[in-house]
Amino acid sequence: MELVFAIVSGVLYATGLYLMLRRRLAQIIIGLGLLSNGTNILIFAAGGLTRSNPPVIPPGELEPIAPYADPVPQALILTAIVIGFGVLAFTLVLAHRVHQSLGSDDVDDIRSEGSA
Amino acid sequence: MTLVLPIIVPLCTAVVLLLAPAKPAQQRWIAFTGSFAQLAAALVLFLQVQQQGYVVAQMGDWPAPFGITLVADVFSSMLVVAVGIVGMAACAASFGGVDPRREAYGYHPLLQILFMGVAGAFLTGDLFNLYVFFEIMLMASFVLMALHRTNDQVAAAFNYVTINLLASAVFLTGLGLLYGSAGTLNMADLAAVWPSRHEPGLDLVLAMLFLTAFGIKAALFPFLFWLPASYPLPPAPIGAVFAGLLTKVGIYALIRVFSLLFRDGSPWPLTLLLWMSIATMLLGLIGALSQRDFRRVLAFNLIGHIGYTTIGLSIGTSAAMAGSLLYLAHHILVITTLFFVSGILLQLRRTTDLAALGSLYRDHPWTGVIALIPMFSLAGLPPLSGFIGKLAVLRGTFGAGFYVTGAVVLVVGLLTIVSIARLWDEAFWKPATKPAVAPTPSRPLMVPVVALSLLIVGMTVGAEPLFRMTTRAADQLLAPQDYIRAVLDSGLGRGR
Repeated sequence: MELVFAIVSGVLYATGLYLMLRRRLAQIIIGLGLLSNGTNILIFAAGGLTRSNPPVIPPGELEPIAPYADPVPQALILTAIVIGFGVLAFTLVLAHRVHQSLGSDDVDDIRSEGSA
Repeated sequence: MTLVLPIIVPLCTAVVLLLAPAKPAQQRWIAFTGSFAQLAAALVLFLQVQQQGYVVAQMGDWPAPFGITLVADVFSSMLVVAVGIVGMAACAASFGGVDPRREAYGYHPLLQILFMGVAGAFLTGDLFNLYVFFEIMLMASFVLMALHRTNDQVAAAFNYVTINLLASAVFLTGLGLLYGSAGTLNMADLAAVWPSRHEPGLDLVLAMLFLTAFGIKAALFPFLFWLPASYPLPPAPIGAVFAGLLTKVGIYALIRVFSLLFRDGSPWPLTLLLWMSIATMLLGLIGALSQRDFRRVLAFNLIGHIGYTTIGLSIGTSAAMAGSLLYLAHHILVITTLFFVSGILLQLRRTTDLAALGSLYRDHPWTGVIALIPMFSLAGLPPLSGFIGKLAVLRGTFGAGFYVTGAVVLVVGLLTIVSIARLWDEAFWKPATKPAVAPTPSRPLMVPVVALSLLIVGMTVGAEPLFRMTTRAADQLLAPQDYIRAVLDSGLGRGR
């Protein structure tokens, strides 16, 4: 199972980085999204993939039932997903703004307009 | 309690600003009061840390490795005070330096959120929390940068956003792998557990991931090209805050993470960091000499001098580290002041292109004299704070036997003098080709410049206690056992 997750996350990183190196803004944004999802899957897999009980204490007990999944990576991913979602929404708006003001979604046009 | 205040106060100020009527005068006063309160809270924390060494708070009273820890040592409390100072200066400058459009679209609350993110990043004791505060700070800076319709600024904002999100993804990758192996993200707990584990491969991978992520944020070579493309564009108060604070958060994270986690690991990442610092210094100053715009020269100077602040970490002796930290404090003040000066130039001449500037000294002698203080200080002319900072760095490098690095520090110091002399000559001394637009610099921009220049003079006068303080901060960083004990013990003592 770890192998599948490792491959999936590796593929997401690779495609994400490839897309970020492309010239069109939309592709860069999709690349960012894939990259952050690849990271999430990596955290999930690194946190340990086990078929065990949810880390919830049943009524009347003091501890969760013995082999239980680590809740921290899931909390981390949840936070990372929320942040990634917000950031992605912002980048989309920003790309729209760039397209509005430059009339182009090509990174090379941004370069020649900008003072870099 | 004192630990929470520097983070909570700007948050509350931002909320009040959003609720308050959108009249510029009221917004400005609320923001100014909020920044003053943050500075006061930071100073209280600073004094407390001076007495106790470490101040630790466990959020929600969860004992240390499980809950979120806030912790301040001398280094972080010093930087939080710098946040307060830069914040107050920016809010004072906002009384006259921002366009009405920006103010109507949430400029003041965003600035406060930015201060909250920066202060939080300095004070947190949890690595994932550091990521979250990074994102808060970045989000605020993204919007502040993009809050404008001119093509240059929107395009620069897109580049800035992309490169910073890439850095965040790299940081998060490192976090995930670290958690998977160590099972904790509390920095003190990690520092206690991680260096004793013998996983040299993973250790090296993580060190490189963190070096890349924080290197991008700190604009170290080879990740520095986004900075001069984006920092010179926003108006003076925003540029000053970005230049003064944002790259410093990257440096702080670099120093914190490496001094805690990778202190006994492979020496290669630190050697690499040393070469990166040297390349950053040389490239930054060569870039500064090739530029023809006041603000772009400043941006390249900013990059070049970032190298000084990372040398100490890579050499790793107390003297070198103390020198770098002193330089960091000086650098925040000076570069912020100079970005405000660029705002004054922009107001007086509507441009910062060096070819179009000139005869400012003839027209505004007092502005010229006051601008000389931060400029000479950046150039490192004695007796100003830049000279003392450079001297401390040099003593650290030569004392540790790093002669090549020391030589580069000297050469870069010389290049800085050339670059600053050229700035002064072109902007203030040579006869202008174009007539002045505004008759006098507006008071809201002059106040922070004068106040910060006085602080720079103050740093010069009070150099000895300051150096003693950064030496203490460096000793704390180099002996993390006390940090670990302070965080973990306080959790057990109060949580049970």
